[in-house]
Amino acid sequence: MDFNDTPDEAEFRAEANAFLSQHLKPKTPGALRSGGREDFLERAKAWQKTKAEGGFAQITWPKEMGGRGGTVMQQVIWGQEEAKFDAPTGPFAIGLGMCVPTVIAFGSDEHKKRYVQKALMGEEIWCQLFSEPAAGSDVAGLKTKAVKDGDEWVINGQKVWTSGAHYSDYGILLVRTDPNVPKHKGLTMFIVDMKQKGVDVRPIHQASGGKEFNEVYFTDVRIPDSDRLGEPGMGWKVALVTLMNERLAVGGSPGPDWKEIMDYARSAGTLSDQAFRAKLADWYVAAQGYKLTKFRTQTALSRGETPGPENAIGKIINANHLQDICNSAIEMQDHFGLIVDKDEAPSDAIFQESFMWAPGLRIAGGTDEILKNIIAERVLGLPQDVRVDKDKTFAEMN
Amino acid sequence: MNFDFSDDQKFLRDEARKFLEAQCTSAHVRAVLDDDSKSHNEDVWKQIVEMGWLGAAIPEEYGGLGLGMLELCVIAEELGRVLAPVPFGSSAYFFAEALKIAGSDEQKARMLPNVADGSLIGCIAVSEGPGEIKAGALATRLKDGVISGKKIPVTDGDIATHAVVLVKDGSGESLVIADLSQSGVTREPVKTLEPTRSHATISFDGAAAELLGEAGNGMALLDQINDRAAVLLAFEQLGGASRCLEMANEYAKERVAFGRAIGGNQAIKHKLADMYVKNEVARSNAYYGAWALSSDAAELPEAAAAARVAASEAYWFASKENIQTHGGMGFTWEVDCHLFYRRAKLLAVQAGSPAVWKEKLVSALEAKND
Repeated sequence: MDFNDTPDEAEFRAEANAFLSQHLKPKTPGALRSGGREDFLERAKAWQKTKAEGGFAQITWPKEMGGRGGTVMQQVIWGQEEAKFDAPTGPFAIGLGMCVPTVIAFGSDEHKKRYVQKALMGEEIWCQLFSEPAAGSDVAGLKTKAVKDGDEWVINGQKVWTSGAHYSDYGILLVRTDPNVPKHKGLTMFIVDMKQKGVDVRPIHQASGGKEFNEVYFTDVRIPDSDRLGEPGMGWKVALVTLMNERLAVGGSPGPDWKEIMDYARSAGTLSDQAFRAKLADWYVAAQGYKLTKFRTQTALSRGETPGPENAIGKIINANHLQDICNSAIEMQDHFGLIVDKDEAPSDAIFQESFMWAPGLRIAGGTDEILKNIIAERVLGLPQDVRVDKDKTFAEMN
Repeated sequence: MNFDFSDDQKFLRDEARKFLEAQCTSAHVRAVLDDDSKSHNEDVWKQIVEMGWLGAAIPEEYGGLGLGMLELCVIAEELGRVLAPVPFGSSAYFFAEALKIAGSDEQKARMLPNVADGSLIGCIAVSEGPGEIKAGALATRLKDGVISGKKIPVTDGDIATHAVVLVKDGSGESLVIADLSQSGVTREPVKTLEPTRSHATISFDGAAAELLGEAGNGMALLDQINDRAAVLLAFEQLGGASRCLEMANEYAKERVAFGRAIGGNQAIKHKLADMYVKNEVARSNAYYGAWALSSDAAELPEAAAAARVAASEAYWFASKENIQTHGGMGFTWEVDCHLFYRRAKLLAVQAGSPAVWKEKLVSALEAKND
């Protein structure tokens, strides 16, 4: 047992780190978003281009696609190293991690020529249009419909929770093309130009006060049949490929952890409180459990094995853990804990800010409950939930 | 990154599992449970001794197999899975490790070979009453080379031939080793909620004892012994917790209510998923403890504490919710659920309760992040 890289891994890590040092500054809190949204987007595009030119853009993609032709382990190492620097990566994560791989898997040669290189070079940004107001966890129950009209499809409906829709050039869009078959069988995937007529992006005002996501409305949007990904009715299979491409998360937990609350408690003089100390121990053990479980996954990757759905435990642990830590920190501050003004609140109001973000984290990308279902069904082999719509057509159920 | 056991260690695990599933069945555990006169299962013990497992982490020069701590961790997990009703932990995790870290060359040469071949069964005698043992409150005394006082409960105290005993003397607290067969020692079985592992009250009345390590260094040495034993106990706990999840999972798939397997209901699915998450957290923390133990890392105190806290929580949760998943059947003597529930509690409070370990963990973090 050891935590060391193999010689090959160490060599790649050094190479990655040298490249990053040459182009970026080491991570400093708050530095990344200091210039406002537009500026951030420009820097993200520039960094993506630099990465692509240096051969670090898509580690696992084949060379002919503009990738590095490397291993999943190298991708993990790259992620670990990149996280040590102020790298503006966010806007490209969904596109390059999920959307463009779907285009590569199902698109025509034309599509690949037209889209892959531009995405890789940071010139075009992609978003993913799956969720709807009435189709979250049950995304296959979506209602946005596409009707064939000559060589085109006419799209009407609404998507929701679309990250980055307001600055995206293209999206992959999952719609219903046949309501007269069971829900999974009547879906089709398309490439959609986000700047075209009839596509209306409206920011969602979140409970936390921020506006990171969007609603996207489609009114008589026309898409040529040639921009279809996969056969009509095959959309669900295509979507599963998209979701499988979700990268192995390599970041830490988003927001304050046991260390931050311990530092705060020390400064506040509450570190000697026995009840707090017991909770602190639990938080540490959970954070370590998550971190070390990732090391076990990495070990499997390092041997060329494929990790299973066991990784679903990460988000369950982290999101609940974050909510609990922030809640405790606020209560520790008593009445003063209400204050969100960064100049007044302890620790630059990081606990208050994450307190309002945590509920979303327990929902986004699979709710706690859905993740537990995934563990129960795919890891433990328990029966699926009752699905009363299973053998009924979509039209019968709606 | 190689955060896993080696192929050889996995081979040992598979062999140990095969052997124990055949030779240490529920019937072997229940033979001890249902017979008050039995302190352990002698057949199982004999076979385990013959396998040489007691000496897995004892160097060859002292008659052991000289494998290492990782191999002992592997064995511990397997023993935990089958609820082995034997004094293995007392002898191999506590007594042998105490000798290894604090014994003189002469003591090691005299006793370790006998631990390895099973002719000496060791135990550790610390507790004297309810609550965490506090240095100032110790009543057992060492004076002129003999000890007097009462230790209760001592796990495996009625089977053991020797005990490491925490005592008070002129220089503070010290550890001593006492031969339990001498006339100054009386032993009475004490009933506990875990009858498959025996416990005793041991009274010392001017019993001869030899110092283990420096006089006055008892509490610090006990901490070191407990850190090492904690990792091994965590593996036993992990084995038990894994088995509870397997049992609950098997039952949930076969038990039918309202026309379908109860495992199809979200309340059960999510309960089992919660068990799974806690068990994975415990496994990862236990592996880290194993790494720290086997590499003599400076991180051992917090790694051991985290392993212990995570494993105690996982086993507690898995053992109680395993009963719950089995419904009324889970509350019958004949179904094994309660055996795990009992063992989980023993392993959680032996060598310090979860609260004690949480405090140790936070103290270590505090010192480190000052």
